[in-house]
Amino acid sequence: MIAAMTVLAAELPGIATDVAEALDEHKSGGLPQLNQPDFAPQLFWLALTFVLLYVIMKRVALPRIGEVIEERKDRIQRDLAAAERLKGETEKALQAYEKALADARSNATSIARQTRDSLNAEVDKERKAIEDQLAKKLSDAEASITATKDKALASVKDIAGDTVVSIVSALTNLSVSKDEVNSALAASEK
Amino acid sequence: MAQFEIKRLVPLELFGYDISFTNASLFMVLALVLISGFLIFAMTGRSLVPSRIQSIAESVYEFVAGIVRENLGEEGMRYFPWVFSIFIFILTLNMLGMIPGSFTVTSHIIVTFALAAMVWIVATGIGFARHGLGYLKLFVPHGVPIWLMPLIVPIEIVSYLIRPISLSVRLFANMMAGHTMLKVFASFAVSLPFVAKAFPVLFTAAFTGLEFLVAFLQAFIFTVLTCIYLNDAVNMHH
Repeated sequence: MIAAMTVLAAELPGIATDVAEALDEHKSGGLPQLNQPDFAPQLFWLALTFVLLYVIMKRVALPRIGEVIEERKDRIQRDLAAAERLKGETEKALQAYEKALADARSNATSIARQTRDSLNAEVDKERKAIEDQLAKKLSDAEASITATKDKALASVKDIAGDTVVSIVSALTNLSVSKDEVNSALAASEK
Repeated sequence: MAQFEIKRLVPLELFGYDISFTNASLFMVLALVLISGFLIFAMTGRSLVPSRIQSIAESVYEFVAGIVRENLGEEGMRYFPWVFSIFIFILTLNMLGMIPGSFTVTSHIIVTFALAAMVWIVATGIGFARHGLGYLKLFVPHGVPIWLMPLIVPIEIVSYLIRPISLSVRLFANMMAGHTMLKVFASFAVSLPFVAKAFPVLFTAAFTGLEFLVAFLQAFIFTVLTCIYLNDAVNMHH
């Protein structure tokens, strides 16, 4: 380390002259940038190249790039607008679909209700008819039962009268007319 | 300092003026050809979905357009081709100067001064064309008490007149100082003994990276200041 530093120290004057040379090579005219005879050609070529550059940029290069960027912007704008429009259409279609669905559902409900109502009405009518029929049959049956009963009861009186006449004649030898027996029976019934 | 010397490659003369084709001229023409060739070649496809090279050209375009819009607004886009030319020209000249053994046109004060003077003259011309003598109000800032005016107005005038000098010296000094630094440290590598050579070599390598940044940054700063000066002229916002 120390050895390296001594070598460095020994070289220092040499470095100093290097720097001085690096900065001072052009001793005669100082900085080359300040050498006035060089100004004219530099200004001439600067003006020439810059004006040419400006013209080429303005007329050719920049419009081309600008056009492409502009076109891309337009294209994206158009695509976005189309997407927006399609989205609107989709939403409209969806709404129409949902409305149709709702209509169909309410239609179905009303049809179901109507069917149920009409079926109920029919069933009611049928039942009523059957009930009426049954009621009629019942009353007919009741009437015929009553008639049969009456007839039977009448027959019972008749048989009773005949029986009484036979019993009386057998027991008492009295001939009793049937009318007398009947009136006596009628009296006993009271 | 040899790297900054002007060498006459083809001596020419016009009306008694020296217009020799020098090494500086060579690099200016080279920059012109490279820029025009690149931008036109890159856009040959003109495709909506850009190729790599086309997207580089578009990025440069959008970058400068962004600077102009930010400082001058949409209306300022009419000066865009001019600002773009300044940016791409300085950037290319700075970058060409980074090639070892090449020549850095922007390390010459006369070139940077001519560019800065053009900016200043154009901006001042636009200012007077747009606002007439009202452009002089630029030197009377709003909201300054009247008794400060005798102090403020001369300061404003001086700072306005000094613009081309500050603009040109900034670019020239940065380019020249960077290249001189590189040269000095590279010469250490030659004179230092053995292992010690590594330090200036490493430093030079690192400093070269920094110089690329400076080359871009100075082109950017020159462009932004051009836009700011134009904005003073167009909108008179101070």
